[in-house]
Amino acid sequence: MHIVDGALASPVVIGGAIATAGGIALGLRAMTMERIPAAGVLSAAFFVASLVHVPIGPSSVHLILNGMAGLVLGWAAFPALFVGLLLQAVFFGFGGVTVLGVNTFNIAMPAVIVGLLLGPMIRRGGAHAAFWGGVGGALAIALTTGFVAVCLALSGDQFLPAAKLVFFAHIPIMAVEAVLTAAAVSLAIRVKPELFRAMETQP
Amino acid sequence: MAGRARGAAPLRQVDPRARIVSALAFAVVVTGLSTLGALALAMAAALLALGCSGLPAARTLKRMAMMDGFIIFMLLILPFSTPGTPALTLPFGVVATVEGFRLAVEIGLTANAVILMLMALVGTMEPVMLGHALARLRVPRALVHLLLFTVRYIEVLRAEYARSRVAMRARAFRPGSNRHTWVSLGHLIGMMLVRALERSERILQAMKCRGFTGRIPLLDDFSWQATDRRFCALFGLGLLALVALEVALVHLA
Repeated sequence: MHIVDGALASPVVIGGAIATAGGIALGLRAMTMERIPAAGVLSAAFFVASLVHVPIGPSSVHLILNGMAGLVLGWAAFPALFVGLLLQAVFFGFGGVTVLGVNTFNIAMPAVIVGLLLGPMIRRGGAHAAFWGGVGGALAIALTTGFVAVCLALSGDQFLPAAKLVFFAHIPIMAVEAVLTAAAVSLAIRVKPELFRAMETQP
Repeated sequence: MAGRARGAAPLRQVDPRARIVSALAFAVVVTGLSTLGALALAMAAALLALGCSGLPAARTLKRMAMMDGFIIFMLLILPFSTPGTPALTLPFGVVATVEGFRLAVEIGLTANAVILMLMALVGTMEPVMLGHALARLRVPRALVHLLLFTVRYIEVLRAEYARSRVAMRARAFRPGSNRHTWVSLGHLIGMMLVRALERSERILQAMKCRGFTGRIPLLDDFSWQATDRRFCALFGLGLLALVALEVALVHLA
């Protein structure tokens, strides 16, 4: 899922950086000082969740959970996921430097889209919340892999097979993320429905 | 004098701001290179930086190899998907091209040199120092605070996650490739998020109780010194040398 330095064409890299800067600016506007502790601790929680390895078939995958991040954080998912990717690049050596913008956009934009589309359905609560959570979990991964594939395809025809490989390799991950997000939503909506309003104006 | 470690590895004595800006400049220059000679020199520079960084070389290179594991498939496909002069023909008429091999090597060298330089220059900082240096480099305050909060609580939440997994194991949970595992882990993640939010409420209360006004003071006091000027001059010369080699090689070809 991480794209590395040197693979993408310059216009894609620059476009990604600009789009991410815009997304972060929007996210920071939603994040007043009162909400920074919540955003920070939740951002840490999503970072830890992304280190969880889930067995699937003979191997295991690590979670992304950007659908859940979008449902909980809204636009604040941009700065939160950017911080996560920055820390991963600096301290774990995953990803890259110039592609930080592209990588953040590919993960955070789907999160925001899921948050905007499905957030209202989930906040209503009830038995359907888990279902929509599952849809959101799968949709976010589908969009992310789609964005990664488009970035690769825009960088040259020789990347097309790799783009297709990325897309198909992520179909089982979509299923896992859907089941996991549905379960996480169904628990959180019963235990603490405010979780899905964490970044909204407090009453 | 905060931010500097005397007697430590040479690179750790350089001002954190200079290290961050240098790593960024290195990334931009190296992604722009396309000749294998210049990229090889960049890779050598990154390895040299690793040597001067005080990071355990074996463990850092292993991390880098793990990243390569993720991109290796893309790199292996490239020789076959790039049109050009055939270099090798496999059965069933599959052709690998010279241009494809070149591109794969180019991407591999770029990606590894950039990430290695980043780990050597920036990865050696305390995460808190990274946040403070970014603030001094005019990164928006809210983003810096978010970063500081995130690094502070990653370890706390990781320990909480580990405790939950022990509790699950004590109740005979064995992860497998099945729905029960995924649902259980989903509940675990949901609970982690709920607890994270509740923890953040307590943190905010505690901060308000201590007169939090919306500004977190940055205690690190960076001072720009002769060492930093020398480092920047040397690094700048190195980048110029990379560009000069690239230009020379392109003209020769």
